[in-house]
Amino acid sequence: MIISEKKPFEEVLDMLGDAKKVALVGCGSCATSCKVGGEEELAQMEEALKEKGIEVVAKLLPEESCQKMLVKKEMKALKDLEVDAVISLACGNGVQTVAENTDVVVYPATNTKFLGQIERIGIFNEECRMCGDCVLGLTGGICPITHCAKSLVNGPCGGQKDGKCEVDPENPCAWIEIYKRLEKLGKLDLLAKTRKTKDYAASIYPKHINLKEKKEVAE
Amino acid sequence: MSVLKKVLEGGKFAVTAEMATPKGSNFLPLIAAASSLQGKIHCVNVTDMQSACLKASSIGLCIRLKQYGIEPILQMTGRDRNRMAIMAEYFTAASFGIDTTLALTGDHTTIGDCKDAKPVFDLDSVGILQMLSDMEATGKDCGGNDIEGQVPKFYKGAAVTPVYDPMVLQINKLRQKVEAGAKFVQTQGVFEIDQLKRFVDEVNKANIDVYIMAGIIPLKSAGMAKYMNSAVPGIEVPDWQLEKLSQAAAEGKEKGIKGLPTKVGMEMAAEMIAKIKEEKLCSGVHIMSIGAEENVGPILDMSGIKIAPEELV
Repeated sequence: MIISEKKPFEEVLDMLGDAKKVALVGCGSCATSCKVGGEEELAQMEEALKEKGIEVVAKLLPEESCQKMLVKKEMKALKDLEVDAVISLACGNGVQTVAENTDVVVYPATNTKFLGQIERIGIFNEECRMCGDCVLGLTGGICPITHCAKSLVNGPCGGQKDGKCEVDPENPCAWIEIYKRLEKLGKLDLLAKTRKTKDYAASIYPKHINLKEKKEVAE
Repeated sequence: MSVLKKVLEGGKFAVTAEMATPKGSNFLPLIAAASSLQGKIHCVNVTDMQSACLKASSIGLCIRLKQYGIEPILQMTGRDRNRMAIMAEYFTAASFGIDTTLALTGDHTTIGDCKDAKPVFDLDSVGILQMLSDMEATGKDCGGNDIEGQVPKFYKGAAVTPVYDPMVLQINKLRQKVEAGAKFVQTQGVFEIDQLKRFVDEVNKANIDVYIMAGIIPLKSAGMAKYMNSAVPGIEVPDWQLEKLSQAAAEGKEKGIKGLPTKVGMEMAAEMIAKIKEEKLCSGVHIMSIGAEENVGPILDMSGIKIAPEELV
């Protein structure tokens, strides 16, 4: 899931400038789960804006704010309304998808943080940095690209102290965790496998995937 | 040919020291400090912004030392440069006759003094070593392109932490470094012969073929030792040494003698070096005097280590 956090309200206000009529667009997927862009948050935002004399003329909640066709359909509701600005309460993906579908300026109400696991409600952990070159098969299912602050692929640096990372002692050393996991799995031999120098060409952005084209290549 | 390579492969007890570049552009005091090392050591490591604190680049002091007649070891971390910039540094180094290097991953920018900087870590220590080995084997750069003229060759080393839990991870990484081309390792500071013995045994058990140079940090005070124990990973100064330093401080205060703890620290370092050599525990020592280069010569004199002039060419 894409984990986002609310921007400070003052920052949103600052972006709005002298806008008096706005539309809010949330997201029924990730942004709802991480409590930044669901029904509840749309209502809170409307209330807060009202107090500042800004009228919310429409509230939209597409099932997924990153679905271009879906958002296009939903955004038609704004067509005949007089709107100075749109505020998107989704992740950066959502903000841009909304922006592609309107001629009005779109402002983000969130900061997009990471691709995360939901530990339980309200607790999220970054697990994958989407490097495009997965090494999990060699590391017992613990990602060193994400969990090691230096993204080291060949084992730990010398910086751990009592099993904790030099960058943030709250975090365990990823490579000690990998070691423990591999030991438990009886797969310590994987540690000795030399890992190739990472191919960072795989993480060049922006990335695009077209499954139709891929299929043709595969054939 | 690399002086360090000649010394180690010739079975001589190798001695290296360490210097940091200035935070600024004034190298003159460092050249003065280096002069006290001349003839006393085989080579000097030049650190690459250690502890992630911004300093002049390593290669600058390496070039100056080389011109001054002291063999430098170019330290290279992966923190601030991607593979292209690292290789470019090595091309430059080679053009000045610098032929020995120590590859490190590097401390993270967040623990240093420019915390907003973006850390790079395109390559870790193993990656840097492998890139150099590949270059030497193929004559090509990191992108697979031909290198013009003579392909640079480096005598390559790495660092290792002898006090580490779980040790198997450290040994595993050491093996990867050696497989990637490291011929020598300099250890984090060790303070007890037994610590070192345990580590050397592990390396031998793992059948890793590498010259080990024991890291020596002359302690200056009990405070410094306590700080290192709490803050520096892999450092374990034993209690008896802390006590000795505290006693020296008390005695100095009582008798009005300045620098007594430093003197005691130097004596302990000298004793350790002498023992390492006598018991043939390691191939050499690497002395990290942390800004007190003037103490390195006297420490080596106390430990009875002399370097023949012919070893330095």
